[in-house]
Amino acid sequence: MPDLGKYADAILWSWAATLVLVAAVIAVSWWQSARVKKKLDAAEARRKRS
Amino acid sequence: MEDVRTKQAKDGWNWLWAWANPVKFMALSGKALPWVVGLTVVTLAVGLVWGFFFTPEAINFGSSVKIIYVHVPSAMMAINIWVMMLVASLIWLIRRHHVSALAAKAAALVGVVMTVIALITGAIWGEPMWGTYWAWDPRLTSFLVLFLFYLGYMALWAAIENPDTAADLTSVLAIVGSVFALLSRYAVNFWNQGLHQGASLSLDKEENVADVYWQPLVICLAGFVLLFIALLLVRTRTEVRKRRIHALEMRERMADA
Repeated sequence: MPDLGKYADAILWSWAATLVLVAAVIAVSWWQSARVKKKLDAAEARRKRS
Repeated sequence: MEDVRTKQAKDGWNWLWAWANPVKFMALSGKALPWVVGLTVVTLAVGLVWGFFFTPEAINFGSSVKIIYVHVPSAMMAINIWVMMLVASLIWLIRRHHVSALAAKAAALVGVVMTVIALITGAIWGEPMWGTYWAWDPRLTSFLVLFLFYLGYMALWAAIENPDTAADLTSVLAIVGSVFALLSRYAVNFWNQGLHQGASLSLDKEENVADVYWQPLVICLAGFVLLFIALLLVRTRTEVRKRRIHALEMRERMADA
């Protein structure tokens, strides 16, 4: 860990906020992708059956 | 001769228009995605680790210069994502390619997150540098308005049921909002008042920060661009699938009726 001196709080809060928000948008996109893919697979399966 | 040249010019853009076909888009993006994700992880890891652990203190900013590696890339992405949405919206309005409208819609969430990151990191950095978290400075204010435009854009997509009407109206909003996307980049150049300094990265070498900070910054920027492309592909694929589900459900309803 580098010595961040008197700016440690500002640096760590900035980086933490960035990493949390980036992780959140990745997680939401991944979750939505998986959910919609599952729903489409089910709809395609119904179409093939009928 | 003229016709041959026109045909060659059109053929030259075929690679682009292939992405406009939903089936081809799904095939091409499916192949590209693992490579883009891999490159994103490597680039972001190198850029962020270099920026955080291996950069010295700056004369004016002390160690707070390390905030530049998250603040500048997110701010640049916030603006450029809106520009991408503008281009995709214009393609929709002119050529009626559904994938371009869906790509613009898919980009908005990533854009708003980048804008929030830029605003938060800017406020946190502003407090020790300027003595305040916020000032009604031209660049900060236009960034806040850009954030509101992102929210409005997403709300408009959510509020309109007909997807083509939603694409039309959000495209117009993307054109209007572009004024603020450009202002957030250039306001500092033509309004002299304000706290925010000029560009940290520029094609004009004289405006750049010192190499020791600039090199990891460029890698971070490339990482953020790749992250956006990866998320854009994932999210646009989701939107294309949603459109397919909607079509299948309509077909089922018509068959039942």
